Amino acid sequence: MSTLSRDEVARVAGLARIDLTPAELDRLAGELDVIVESVARVSEIATPDVPATSHPLPLTNVFRPDVPVEPVDRALVLASAPEHIDGKFAVPQILGEDA
Amino acid sequence: MSTLVDYDDAVARYDTVIGIEVHVELGTKTKMFDGAPAGFGEEPNTSVTPVSLGLPGSLPVVNGVAVEYAIRIGLALNCSIAETCRFARKNYFYPDVPKNFQTSQYDEPIAYEGWVDVELDDGSIFRVEIERAHMEEDAGKNTHIGGSDGRIHGAEYSLVDYNRAGIPLVEIVTKPITGAGARAPEVARAYVQTLRDLFRALEVSEARMERGNVRADVNVSIRPTPESPLGTRTETKNVNSFRSVERAVRYEVSRQAGVLDDGIAIIQETRHWHEDTGTTASGRVKSDAEDYRYFPEPDLVPIAPDRAWVEEIRASLPELPAARRRRLQGEWQYADAEMRDVVNAGAVELIETTIAAGASPAAARKWWMGELARTAKQQEVELAELPVTPTQIGQLQKLVDDGRINDKLARQVLEGVLAGEGDPETVLVARGLEVVSDDGPLLEAIDAALAAQPDIAEKIRSGNLGPVGAIIGAVMKATRGQADAGRVRELLLERIQG
Repeated sequence: MSTLSRDEVARVAGLARIDLTPAELDRLAGELDVIVESVARVSEIATPDVPATSHPLPLTNVFRPDVPVEPVDRALVLASAPEHIDGKFAVPQILGEDA
Repeated sequence: MSTLVDYDDAVARYDTVIGIEVHVELGTKTKMFDGAPAGFGEEPNTSVTPVSLGLPGSLPVVNGVAVEYAIRIGLALNCSIAETCRFARKNYFYPDVPKNFQTSQYDEPIAYEGWVDVELDDGSIFRVEIERAHMEEDAGKNTHIGGSDGRIHGAEYSLVDYNRAGIPLVEIVTKPITGAGARAPEVARAYVQTLRDLFRALEVSEARMERGNVRADVNVSIRPTPESPLGTRTETKNVNSFRSVERAVRYEVSRQAGVLDDGIAIIQETRHWHEDTGTTASGRVKSDAEDYRYFPEPDLVPIAPDRAWVEEIRASLPELPAARRRRLQGEWQYADAEMRDVVNAGAVELIETTIAAGASPAAARKWWMGELARTAKQQEVELAELPVTPTQIGQLQKLVDDGRINDKLARQVLEGVLAGEGDPETVLVARGLEVVSDDGPLLEAIDAALAAQPDIAEKIRSGNLGPVGAIIGAVMKATRGQADAGRVRELLLERIQG
């Protein structure tokens, strides 16, 4: 039974700004469903006393000293900007915000 | 559109519940996840590294000092410090977030379940429960350029500076604050003020509101009675001064009461605060677009603060502002109302330094809450912004205590100091304001005054002391106020009787 609907895939794609054609939506809904079901099977096997793992590495507290490094030269920073004005990145208007 | 309901009327019929999110920029030397300098006021895009810019392949590493500061804040807010916690990605598309996600904490904040006592204007204490304090990074800064002055084909566009992107933030979230009733706006303001003072005392941030070091999002809802279920809330974003926090809550209560009175439901939405009009305006409605698809940040390993480290930090916490105020009030012997005025005027540190420079607590208070408070009010600046240091006020008071100037001259010396003429001693010499303590010139002036007003002189000589004031006044005028009026009177009487 399908657990992931085509509409859900379309919605998530929209949130992720991925433009999918109707054909791609059909195909991905099926493919992603297989993945989701596989993960669901793992959940069935894991008993409640097995904690969820977000980080497989046996490491914690990897910290950096608070010491400044040389920043990147601004000319280089702005070199990748399609447009820049007064040392700032120029981007299309941000709608409905006055940030 | 519904009309605003008068505030007093609104709170008579509705119970207010607020919730406040405060973001504080930590005063570390570098950013949260990379070594880019975390400065203020640099040229745009000069404090950035590949990590700040979210360039492909760049990897974050946590700033250990930022973690320590977050723990300090958590402990000062009486929170539990997590045994283990992790970062999460908050995904959204916005030009000031170059990675297309903000690295934050979601289900595992570093600090949770605390409280802080807030002192209100009348001296009463209101306890605010803290839900959580978590670490995250700041976004870049957008400047919106309108179409008319735009240089890109007359289009509207925004300019982005990534210097601020990645500056460490701690976000502190309250539980719903109930029971404040009509005083909710005051509680909101006092709470943010309390946090600001705390950040400064903890030395984790300069906490300058005007620079946006501390920013508040204010949630407000109202309900018919304190027993009713919580009403739908609105969130007013980026309210950046104490006064605005108070006004924003007040405005939302009046606005929401108007909406509910019309039988309309409150929409859960983000609103923007407009400082100029003192109003909020609808921003975006919480919707699908607010689905941030949080997931654990795979590029950063969890943080598990060692208990010994946490206890070490706890032991190193400085005296906190409320305790310090109580101690100083005792030492200075100020009445409750006096101390409150001093605190509200932001004069605690100024007075403390003035006293350290040699002034008595009473004299220090007299200067800062009197002459200087008036001057600050006239110039519409904060006391601390006046061009005079507490040390200079201490020196000025010493000149008075030593009898070298009287109060009136002291005010003239202060005028000179405020005008940038130098330290009190320098101004005193340059303006020639020292009290004339030598009897010689005083006697000369007395004789001259008596000679100039023979009829008054005659009356005094015949035992009528009524008009001595006229002679003293003339002497004070002749010495440009630099005489000790008491001494003039003594000398005058000796002169006449002798």
